[in-house]
Amino acid sequence: MATKQRPVIEREEVVVKFVGDSGDGMQLTGSIFSDVAALVGNDLATFPDFPAEIRAPANTVAGVSGFQVHMGSSKIFTTGDQVDVLVAMNPASLKANLKWAKIGATILTDSDAYDDKSIEKAGYKIDPLTDNSLGSFNLVKAPITTLTKESLKELGFDTKSAERSKNMFALGMLYYIFNRDLDSSFKYFEQKFKKNPDVVKINKIVLQAGYNYADTVEALESVIHVSAAHMEKGRYRNITGNVAVAWGLLAAAEKSGRPLFLGSYPITPATEILMELSKHKSLGAKVFQAEDEIAGICSAIGASFTGALACTTTSGPGLSLKSEAIGLAVITELPLVIVNVQRGGPSTGLPTKSEQSDLYQALFGRNGECPVIVIAASSSENCFTYAYMAAKLSMEHMTPTILLTDGYLGFGSALFRIPKMADMPFIYPPLAEPNDPDFKPYRRNAETLVRKWAIPGTEGLRHRVGGLEKENITGIVSTDPLNHQVMTDLRAQKVEKVADFIPEQEIDGKPEGDLLVVSWGGTYGAVHSAVSQLQKEGKSISHAHFHYIMPLPKNTGTVLKGFKKIVVCELNSGQFVNYLRMKFPMPNISQFNKVQGLPFMINELSAKFNQLLEEK
Amino acid sequence: MDFINMTVERTNVQLCKADFESDQMVKWCPGCGGHAILSAVERVFPKLGYRKENFCIVSGIGCSSRFPYYVNTYGIHGIHGRAAAISTGVKIANPRLSVWMATGDGDSLAIGGNHFIHVIRRNVDINILLFNNQIYGLTKGQYSPTTPMGKVTKTSPMGTIEHPFNIGELVMGAQGTFFARVPDNNINQMTEAMFEAAKHDGTSVIEIMENCVIFADKAHIAVLGKDVKDNAMLVVKNGAPMVFGKNMDKGIILEGTQLKVVEIGKDGITIDDILVHDAYNQDPGIQLMLAKLAPPNFPMVFGIIRSTMYPTYDDLVEEQIKYAKETSKIRNVDDLLNSGDTWEI
Repeated sequence: MATKQRPVIEREEVVVKFVGDSGDGMQLTGSIFSDVAALVGNDLATFPDFPAEIRAPANTVAGVSGFQVHMGSSKIFTTGDQVDVLVAMNPASLKANLKWAKIGATILTDSDAYDDKSIEKAGYKIDPLTDNSLGSFNLVKAPITTLTKESLKELGFDTKSAERSKNMFALGMLYYIFNRDLDSSFKYFEQKFKKNPDVVKINKIVLQAGYNYADTVEALESVIHVSAAHMEKGRYRNITGNVAVAWGLLAAAEKSGRPLFLGSYPITPATEILMELSKHKSLGAKVFQAEDEIAGICSAIGASFTGALACTTTSGPGLSLKSEAIGLAVITELPLVIVNVQRGGPSTGLPTKSEQSDLYQALFGRNGECPVIVIAASSSENCFTYAYMAAKLSMEHMTPTILLTDGYLGFGSALFRIPKMADMPFIYPPLAEPNDPDFKPYRRNAETLVRKWAIPGTEGLRHRVGGLEKENITGIVSTDPLNHQVMTDLRAQKVEKVADFIPEQEIDGKPEGDLLVVSWGGTYGAVHSAVSQLQKEGKSISHAHFHYIMPLPKNTGTVLKGFKKIVVCELNSGQFVNYLRMKFPMPNISQFNKVQGLPFMINELSAKFNQLLEEK
Repeated sequence: MDFINMTVERTNVQLCKADFESDQMVKWCPGCGGHAILSAVERVFPKLGYRKENFCIVSGIGCSSRFPYYVNTYGIHGIHGRAAAISTGVKIANPRLSVWMATGDGDSLAIGGNHFIHVIRRNVDINILLFNNQIYGLTKGQYSPTTPMGKVTKTSPMGTIEHPFNIGELVMGAQGTFFARVPDNNINQMTEAMFEAAKHDGTSVIEIMENCVIFADKAHIAVLGKDVKDNAMLVVKNGAPMVFGKNMDKGIILEGTQLKVVEIGKDGITIDDILVHDAYNQDPGIQLMLAKLAPPNFPMVFGIIRSTMYPTYDDLVEEQIKYAKETSKIRNVDDLLNSGDTWEI
C-alpha cells in the first residue's frame, strides 16, 4: 500500500494493548493484530485481560476488557510489563489502563466515547482528553464512532453494524502506525465470516477507512517498525497455554497408544482445555463433562483402570475437591494426569488472575502419606511439552501426576514451533501381558518399583484395586502394620525414582557466583529477562528455573551449592522456597514474593537482585 | 435415532458359579443380606454369556461396597459416594465391559446423591445394586436418607426428623429407564431382576431391601415378614394384572387419578378390572405411583417396575466419535498441529 514517506522508528520490541468495553471486541482485534505481527516474522506473546463478569455495566471500569500483544525482533519471554501503544475505546478503559502506559506511549482513543455520562461513569471528574492530564503521552484522538458510521452509511448498513465494527477502524489506524499490510486481514475476514458476506464487507470497509483516516490526518509522524525475529527455522503457529495442554495430552495418547479420556468440570481459567478436547473426537478423545469436580476425577480414575490415558483439568478450588480422589489414584497406583491452571486464592479468590499459590496443595494437600509427581510448565507454548511429559511420566511410573500451569500461561499465547510426532519421545505404558502367570496386582519392576497396568477385558488378569491398603505383591486387603510401612515407603520411593528419568536441572549462566535466582512455573519470562539484563551488565548472577518439582532433578543440591546467595522468586508467600529449605537446609536461601494476582515486573525483580548483589 | 448398542464381549464357554467365586473371606456379619445378594450375583453372571474378563464391579464405601473383593472379576473399591462417577468412566472408556455397581443407601443417596442422579439422567449403561438397609452399618448405626421418619438410631435418639427418600421416585425423577425392587430373602426375584438389568441398555437400578441384623434388624419386617408379606407385597410382572394376597384375590385398580386396592369378586370386580403392569411404558406416571405404594394402606411393589428404551450415553459417545472420524480432516495429531494458521520461518 502506497503511503507517504514517513521516518521509521526501529524498535526491538513493542507492547500494544487493546482495551474497551467487554462487548467492544477487543479480544478479536488483539488477536488479528498479533496474527499479522506473526506473519511478518515477529516473535510474540499475548495475554487477554478480561473481567470475571461476562458483561459488567457498559462504560464502567468493572467492564473493561483488554488484550495485550508483546512483539519483538528477538525472543519474547513475557507478555510485556508496560505498554508502548494503548488503544482505548472509551474513558473507562483509559482510566483502568493508563497506569500501564509508558511515559511517552502512544494512546489512540475514540473521542466520540467521551460524553459527560461516560466520563462520569468511568470515574473522571473532567474529560481527560481536554484537561491536559495526558500531556506526557502521545495522544491520538479520533472520532472513531462517527467515522465508522459514515464509512458504512453509503452502503446502507445500520448504526448497530457501525457500533460493532468500530474496533476495526481503530485496528486500521494501528496498521497505519505500524505500516502493516491489510491484505492478510482481508483474507482472515473472508475465512472467519464465510457464512456472512455482509460482515466481511463491513470489516474490510471499516479497516480500510481507519487506515485511510490515519494516513489523511497523519496520525503519527513516524512508522514504528519491528524487524522479523531470528527464530529457529521451522513451521510455527500461535498457541495459548490451555490449547497447548490439550494438544500435549492428545499427542501423548497417540504416542502411547492409550485412548484419551478427560473427565472435567468447567472452571476458570482451565475450562478452555475441556472445550478444546471436546472438539477432537476425530482423534478418539472421549471427553466427559462431569456433574462436579469430584465426578470429573473419579470418572478419570475409572477410565484409567480400563487402560485409558485419563486426565482431569481444573483450577485451585477444583483441586481441593479432587484431593480425596487423588489419594485413591495414589493407593491404586493408576496413572492419572491432573492439570491445575492456577488462579488467585484462597476459596474463589481471583478467578481470572494468576498465582502460584497451589504448590503446597499439589505437593501435600491430601490425607495420609500421599506422594504424586508434580511438574510445572513455564510458557504458553511449552504447556504442550509438559502436558506430554506429565502423561508420559504418569503412565510409565503408574503414579498420578499434577501439572501446574496458571491463568497467565493458560490464557496467554505465544509462538509455537510445531513439532513432528515422529520426534516426540516414546512412551512405554507398563501393560501386563494376557495370562501372565507371574501377574500380581502389586508385583513391581525391581528398578522403577512400578506395578503393571492390567486392563479389564484381558484374559488371566482379573484383580481388584481400591482405597483400602493392600498387601504388597498380592493386592489383598491388608491392615498389617509392617505391610503398611512397606507400601508407604514403596509409594514414596517410586516417586523419588522418577528423578532417574527426568533431565538434570540447568543453570542459565555460570554454575557458581554471587547470586542464584531460582524460579518455577509461569514466572520464567520475567525472571529470565531480569537476570539476563543483569548478566549483560556483567553481574555475577545465574538463573535456575525448575520444571520438575516432585521429585526434584538429582543435581539440585549441586546447583544450589555454587552460589553465595540464593533467592527464590514466586507469586505466593514462599511455597517453593520452603520446599527447597526442607530438602536442602541452607542458610543462604532468601525469597522474593508477590501475591497480587499479577505477574512479576522485570523492574521489580532486577531491583531486588541488585539489592541482594550489593548487600554484603 | 440409530442405536449402536456397544455390546459386551461374549463367549461360547459355559461359565459356572465357581468362575466368579473369589478366594477372599467374606467379612459381612452372619445373617447379613449381603450374603444372599452375593450368591444371586454369582448365579446370574455365568448365565449372561459374557466373557468373565469383561465384568467390572465398582463400589463406593460402606458394607455393600466390600462387594468387589468377594467376586472374581475386575473391580474397583472406590471412595465414599463416588462409585457412580467411577463406573461412568469405566463404561465410557470401555463400553465392552459389563459394569456393575454395588452401593448402599448412604453411599448413593447421601454423600453420592449428586453422582447417583446424574448417572441415571445420562443413562450410562451400568447396573446398580443398591443395598437399602436404611442405616449406616459400617459406622455402626446412624440414620441414613432412607431411614423412616421418627426412627431411633445412634444419631437420632429422639427419632429422626427427616423425610426419607423413596428410591424409585428418585430414580424416575432423574429420568431413570430401569427400576426394580427386590427383597434380599428371595433369591429368585433377585436373580430375575439382575438378569433383566443386565439385558437393559442404560442405567438399571435395583433397590434391594436388605436386612442389617446388627443395626436395623427387621427394618423391612412390616413388608417382608412371613406373617404379613402376602398382603404387604405385590410382585409385578409385565403384561400381568397386579394381584396379590394369599389367594391372589386382591388387586390394584386406577380410580380417577389414584391407585386403589380392591378385592376380586367383591362389588362386581373381576380380574379384567385389575390394572395390567406395563413396565415398558415410556410415561412413568403409573410406575411412579407403584414405586411409592407402601403399607399400611397398600402393598409395597416388587419386581421390575420400569424398563424403557432410551439411547445410552456410552452409545451416543461412540456414535459421535464414529461420525467425527468419518467426517473430520484431522486424522492424527500431526494434522492437528498443522491445522489452521501456520507459517514457515
